[in-house]
Amino acid sequence: MAESRQIAVMDLYKTYFLDGIEVAAVQGVSFEISRGEFTAILGASGSGKSTLMNILGCLDRPTAGVYMLEGVDVARLSRDEMARIRNEKIGFVFQGFNLLPRTTALENAELPLYYKDGILAKEREMLAREALRAVGLVERERHYPGQLSGGEQQRVAIARALVNNPSIVLADEPTGNLDSKTGREIIEIFQDLNVKLKKTVIFVTHDQDIACFARRQVWLKDGVIIKDSTGVL
Amino acid sequence: MKVTVGLRISCRALLRNKIRSLLTMLGIIIGVSAVITMIGIGQGARESIKDKIASLGTNMLLVQSGSLTRGGIRGGWGSINTLVPEDVSAIIEKCPSVVLAAPVVRTTAQVVYGNLNWSTRITGTSPDYLTIRQWPIVSGKSFTDADVRYSTKVAVIGKTVAENLFPQMPSIGEIIRIKRVPFKVIGLLEEKGQSAMGTDQDDVILVPLTTARKRLLGKHSVLKQINVSAGNEALMIRAQEEITLLLRERHRIHSGKKDDFIIKNMADIQDAAASSMKTMTIVLASIASVSLVVGGIGIMNIMLVSVTERTREIGIRMAVGARTRDILFQFLIESLVLCSAGGILGILLGISVSEVMSIFAGWSSVVSVQSIVLSFCFALVIGIVFGLYPARKASMLNPIEALKYE
Ligand SMILES: Nc1ncnc2c1ncn2[C@@H]1O[C@H](COP(=O)(O)OP(=O)(O)OP(=O)(O)O)[C@@H](O)[C@H]1O
Ligand SMILES: [Mg+2]
Repeated sequence: MAESRQIAVMDLYKTYFLDGIEVAAVQGVSFEISRGEFTAILGASGSGKSTLMNILGCLDRPTAGVYMLEGVDVARLSRDEMARIRNEKIGFVFQGFNLLPRTTALENAELPLYYKDGILAKEREMLAREALRAVGLVERERHYPGQLSGGEQQRVAIARALVNNPSIVLADEPTGNLDSKTGREIIEIFQDLNVKLKKTVIFVTHDQDIACFARRQVWLKDGVIIKDSTGVL
Repeated sequence: MKVTVGLRISCRALLRNKIRSLLTMLGIIIGVSAVITMIGIGQGARESIKDKIASLGTNMLLVQSGSLTRGGIRGGWGSINTLVPEDVSAIIEKCPSVVLAAPVVRTTAQVVYGNLNWSTRITGTSPDYLTIRQWPIVSGKSFTDADVRYSTKVAVIGKTVAENLFPQMPSIGEIIRIKRVPFKVIGLLEEKGQSAMGTDQDDVILVPLTTARKRLLGKHSVLKQINVSAGNEALMIRAQEEITLLLRERHRIHSGKKDDFIIKNMADIQDAAASSMKTMTIVLASIASVSLVVGGIGIMNIMLVSVTERTREIGIRMAVGARTRDILFQFLIESLVLCSAGGILGILLGISVSEVMSIFAGWSSVVSVQSIVLSFCFALVIGIVFGLYPARKASMLNPIEALKYE
């Protein structure tokens, strides 16, 4: 833990060019996130939350600005180096679960380990089973996504995000496709990850009740931060 | 990503679409089996031709009349007929390495027996011809030197001629008419089958040289060739030299001028035939490999469809850390699995087709290990070449766009 500032974003821009039209999704965002923080990102639809999350998740590159992840300037990394970061440091949970169809829960949870070198099939299976146990789904490991409810699928997705023991967990509207009760259960899992496993968690939500679980709330509007509050309640 | 993992992913993806995978493989299956069958037929033909030529006797030489292309017409009676019957007796007398020599004249003629007729090749020669060619008589007898001396009108016929003129009946002793001249059939030749060049060797009538020249061809007709038998294989070269010297002297060819005859030995002929068969094999195999390439295009087509269908899957894999080469390998392995499975099935099909062909069509076919290895490797190369573009396309996808793909 050499540096407490795990994530540092400075003057970040993301502009999409579509058929000659420029869409400025993120327009000069700066913030820092420390290790072990639990942050919610809020904002209206189209305010740039997903765009920002994709950049933080090393799935996309900013148009301008600096993104330092654990002291590494992500903009300078190659495609494959970014893939390695996604594999080792970041667990990403999507709104739509994004599980592989016709693939068992266990194999879905194993997926990141396929792309990690020097790991045996047995080990892989064991780690995936452990991750499924952590989200309370170990008895469903032989089931396919189609045989699981939305909440259960999202748990499998969380298990997949956890399997490689990343230090950061990012979630883009993880409860967006779920009812409020299931959503709360899911967000409690994230809370556990943050409290018990000391993982840095950042999630996006529309729901004020869900956002309340986080200690810090960052509000976006039209691609800029309009409010950054720590310690609500 | 490990190869075993890649293999498992690909096999599962292929098994998910069994019919489609099979149809895609069909191109490779047909291509590989076509290559194996074609090479098999080519090599089989080559070997049977080699055998046939070897059966003619390896100590046989052919002296053929050369074309007169050297500086216009030379004076004297020998200017057109480069080989004359006197050359034959001279060769026998003056070339110690030569044991037998038989003159040959040839023509084609209509042969009539009763109300049947048949067009065939007539060979005028001496009795030694049959010895040199190692060609026995199965019934009746051959004509003799006396027959040649007195120009007797007798004929020895091949099996094809016998079948066409004398269906269901013995031919010996019957009178046939060649160009209206009556000949008595005195012998039937043993069946020889097709020659190296594909002609039916049994479609022939042998008559005494003198009879042929007087009655069928004209008195001063050219000898087409002289068949010579050397004492043994070791004497071939010497016999060739002796004949060359003798004929140059007899034909008054000055030093520095070209021979007006050509001497071929069986080894040369065998080589020539074998090499032309080799060319044929290559041509056949090339044509067959076109179907393999077409199969490759089919693979590419399906791989492109598969990449598009699985864009989301690719996005998910990338999101959890798959690198460019992981995705590249995954699809390349898939294409290779298709091609090698197709290759193996193609090998089995190719062997069976060759087998069936040699049983039912009577074509000798040699399926060699080389042709199997060659066609299988070719299939793998096709898999890599045609799988590379789709695989590369998949590996270069943008993760975000791939994840959003509907
Ligand atoms: N690939 C793209 N091409 C062009 N414009 C895009 C693209 N992705 C996003 N945008 C635009 O960028 C802006 C921000 O989009 P983003 O998805 O980040 O919003 P959001 O805050 O996540 O919205 P929501 O709450 O609905 O998910 C929007 O105006 C959107 O139209
Ligand atoms: Mg969004």
